[in-house]
Amino acid sequence: MSDSKPAPSPANAGAPDVLHIARLARLAIDPRQELELREQFTRILEAFKTLSTLNVDGVEPMTRPTDFTDVMRDDREHSSLGLDETLANAPARIETFFSVPKTIGGEQ
Amino acid sequence: MSTTNSEIGYVSPKTQVRWIPVIGLEVHCQLKTWTKLFCGCRNEFGATPNSRTCPVCTAQPGALPVLNREALELALRTALALGASVAPTSKFDRKNYFYCDLPKGYQISQFDQPYCTGGGITLESGKRVRLTRIHLEEDAGKAIHDRGDTTLVDLNRAGVPLIESVSEADMQTSQEAFEYLTALKEILQYVGASDCDMEKGSLRCDVNISVRPEGEPWRTKVELKNLNSFRNVQASIEFEIRRQVEAYESGDPAQFPVQETRLFDAEKGVTRSMRRKEDAHDYRYFPEPDLPPITVSAERLDRLRSALPELPTARRARYQKDFGLSAYDAGVLTADRALSEFFETVARLSKLPKEASNWISNELLRNLNDPLLPIRSIDELPFRPHDMSLLLGMLDKGEISGQAGRKVLRAMFETGKSPKDLVASLGLEQVNDSAALDDWCREALVGKDKIIADVRAGKTKAVGALVGPVMKASKGSANPQVVQEILLRLIAEMPS
Repeated sequence: MSDSKPAPSPANAGAPDVLHIARLARLAIDPRQELELREQFTRILEAFKTLSTLNVDGVEPMTRPTDFTDVMRDDREHSSLGLDETLANAPARIETFFSVPKTIGGEQ
Repeated sequence: MSTTNSEIGYVSPKTQVRWIPVIGLEVHCQLKTWTKLFCGCRNEFGATPNSRTCPVCTAQPGALPVLNREALELALRTALALGASVAPTSKFDRKNYFYCDLPKGYQISQFDQPYCTGGGITLESGKRVRLTRIHLEEDAGKAIHDRGDTTLVDLNRAGVPLIESVSEADMQTSQEAFEYLTALKEILQYVGASDCDMEKGSLRCDVNISVRPEGEPWRTKVELKNLNSFRNVQASIEFEIRRQVEAYESGDPAQFPVQETRLFDAEKGVTRSMRRKEDAHDYRYFPEPDLPPITVSAERLDRLRSALPELPTARRARYQKDFGLSAYDAGVLTADRALSEFFETVARLSKLPKEASNWISNELLRNLNDPLLPIRSIDELPFRPHDMSLLLGMLDKGEISGQAGRKVLRAMFETGKSPKDLVASLGLEQVNDSAALDDWCREALVGKDKIIADVRAGKTKAVGALVGPVMKASKGSANPQVVQEILLRLIAEMPS
């Protein structure tokens, strides 16, 4: 597997690549903010490292606060919202579509 | 192109080096449920944009997804039909990315605990293409870019249930990919999981492909998208093999294939770079806390397994063995489950399996494919297997000619009437009455001295040229065999 993003330079080794993260989040970041954001991000990650100090040997990962399994519904239709309500808060619409800035090239 | 298909590997026309393509397929298939995967909105193609949406599938704050039982059932049946192992416990994860067709900012999918792994499909050659896994996930909405200055978003598709089957990179030719897809599609349709209509997007295929010189390790793979037919899958693979080989053989590392997604342009038959592939961890998968795990018991699997229909491969073998059909005919008749069931009923009712096979795979399919008729599928036929078997019976007893049979079948498509009624109303009863036939034959012989002379000289086949006019005179109701006999008798009786 080749990696498309540039390797971090030795000076920032281990620091988060905030421009890359911003790109994933579709956020336009002024490159002059990079340093500041990187420092903030680093502090956040440091804070979470506290969790790594806990001993979790033998503890099963828990992803939900309940023990439920297999909560399902029958394949029965409920009424949809209706176009007016669905589109009520759309900043822009064309016919019954949401209209958004042109964005070609998705993920998935 | 033959170098890609006729033997394993692609021999470069420039260097004569044999390159081995390495091909894996990812197939997304929409499940044929009534409602979406996590909400009760109708799963329906072609509805007014955004009319099939609710707080769950438009990601309103606080809305909670609940799994559709039927979607899991269809997914499990597919897994069993493909010989996969179903996990006793599986869970859902969030796959995070930002795009306008994904209102939540993540897709609910399955990451490290898919509901099933393994299984595979055996190709005609006997080669096994292994499945890595199948997982259950929701579809994204639809983004339309070619109407005006903005992108239009329709969320009707957001939340439609999908299963994604990922194959191992076991295929080496475009033909193998085509066979794999065809077999997978048949199975999905047989178990009732999907209608697999590529035009409606209910089956979508992505290709992962790389090439390597024989004996060398795998190289960088490229993902191909925008493949909306099996033929396009084949064509894109063939193009991409040549493109990658040429790129490596240029000797310039800057030209070498990079890990990326390429779109297939069906008009030009080429692939074009769309974007570099982001690393898997960039999706920042984490467990979906809103959905509890799924458990599937061994008893449930046994029950589902015993309820599976006979699968296409088994059915083809049975048709060859029990009905004496050729492998080709058995393949045509089993390609579609409804067609195959229609055939079996007709074969059983008429006790004429060979004739049923011939008439269904030729005449019936010809009419189904005729754009002048509105009927596109077996389910839409206006007549029943019983009517088809009556028609075959009349043909078998010589009550009507083959030509008349074709007319009757056409009229059955048009009117839905019983073949007996149609034979009578169209006046197609086969005329074996020799008085009428004698007259038509005598007329046909008038002025045909050359043919008469040929027949007398021993070239009895020459009389064939006169059978047509007699059939025409009888409006297709004469028995051509009898016509031929009468013509020969009349010639023999003529004074020389």
